[in-house]
Amino acid sequence: MKKLILATVLSSLFVLPAVQAADYVIDTQGAHAFVQFKVSHLGYSWLHGRFNTFSGTFSYDDKNLAESKISIEIDTKSVDSNHAERDKHLRSPDFLNVDKHGKATFVSTKVVPKEGANFDLVGNFTLNGVTKEITIAAAKTGEGKDPWGGYRAGFEGKTNIKLSDYGIKNILGPASETVHLDLVVEGIRQ
Amino acid sequence: MQSGQQDLTSKPNDNRYNNTSVSLHWLMAVVVFGLFALGFWMVDLTYYSSWYKTAPYWHKSVGIILAMLLISRLFWRFKAGKPAPIASHSATTIKMATAVHFLLYLMLLAIVLTGYLISTADGRGIDVFSWFEVPGLGELFSGQADIAGALHKWFAYGLMGLVALHALGAIKHHVIDKDATLKRMWWSKNQENSKENP
Repeated sequence: MKKLILATVLSSLFVLPAVQAADYVIDTQGAHAFVQFKVSHLGYSWLHGRFNTFSGTFSYDDKNLAESKISIEIDTKSVDSNHAERDKHLRSPDFLNVDKHGKATFVSTKVVPKEGANFDLVGNFTLNGVTKEITIAAAKTGEGKDPWGGYRAGFEGKTNIKLSDYGIKNILGPASETVHLDLVVEGIRQ
Repeated sequence: MQSGQQDLTSKPNDNRYNNTSVSLHWLMAVVVFGLFALGFWMVDLTYYSSWYKTAPYWHKSVGIILAMLLISRLFWRFKAGKPAPIASHSATTIKMATAVHFLLYLMLLAIVLTGYLISTADGRGIDVFSWFEVPGLGELFSGQADIAGALHKWFAYGLMGLVALHALGAIKHHVIDKDATLKRMWWSKNQENSKENP
């Protein structure tokens, strides 16, 4: 009997976190999260870049995925394509217009579970002052205790946006109209 | 002018700029105008223009050469001095001309420095006509490329304003006052004995 109680208590302790939706803070402090983009260069190659400064939180429930939520705020000034002159151009009114619109945000509105670890993350994406609904094809990468006494969950997501949808005139040619966004998010449970 | 002071301040010649100084002055004038026009034009080039890469490459290369000319000129200016002011010029005229000359040098220095800071903010060097490379120092302060870029532009417009003042002054002295201000900044076949100072 004692063993059974112990087993029940232990198992409930183990299961409990997964039953309730838990709140996570995206680990930008330790840089275990990435907001990256790629754009075609002339139709011949890819240009990769990222935003270095962003923050966000999510709540996630393995058992009730549809109740999960995420919101992310990106500092558009932090655009980094590993070339100072190009980044200066990307920050200018030709592209991100960061003096006027210093923030890009994503706030989820709906989570649609799919097969296995996959789900569609639907939400409002604001860039260059324009808000549009987008769908991010996402998947859980993993979750569990970390070696330092915390608990972490990681996700990946991909989506693409059109420059013209966000009031950015495409001066780079037709192949560069679509920007592919690649998101890697690791949260530390609070 | 005391003769002792004259010896110190006007080594090239008492009354006029020597031919080296004249050449350097007009060469730099041409280069400065060329860089301003090139810079003004190139920032609006479209991505698919055949000049999109060449124009900034030339602008930066020539800019570095201008910086080198400027440094040599400042070195020469402080080492050799300049001719004594023209006797007919009032104290105010001399002060104004000196102030404009000082600001021209300062603005040129600020423009080449900010230009350097834009292109080297990520540690890349500046390739000068595939001849040599000026190393980059990386990001020395945050927002370097943007801040240096804005200053580079406004200093360039400021320089053109100063150049207009400088040129109007020279033209006024040449046409209205009919003195040697402009003539002594022109080449002379007989430098040693020229006495164009009225």
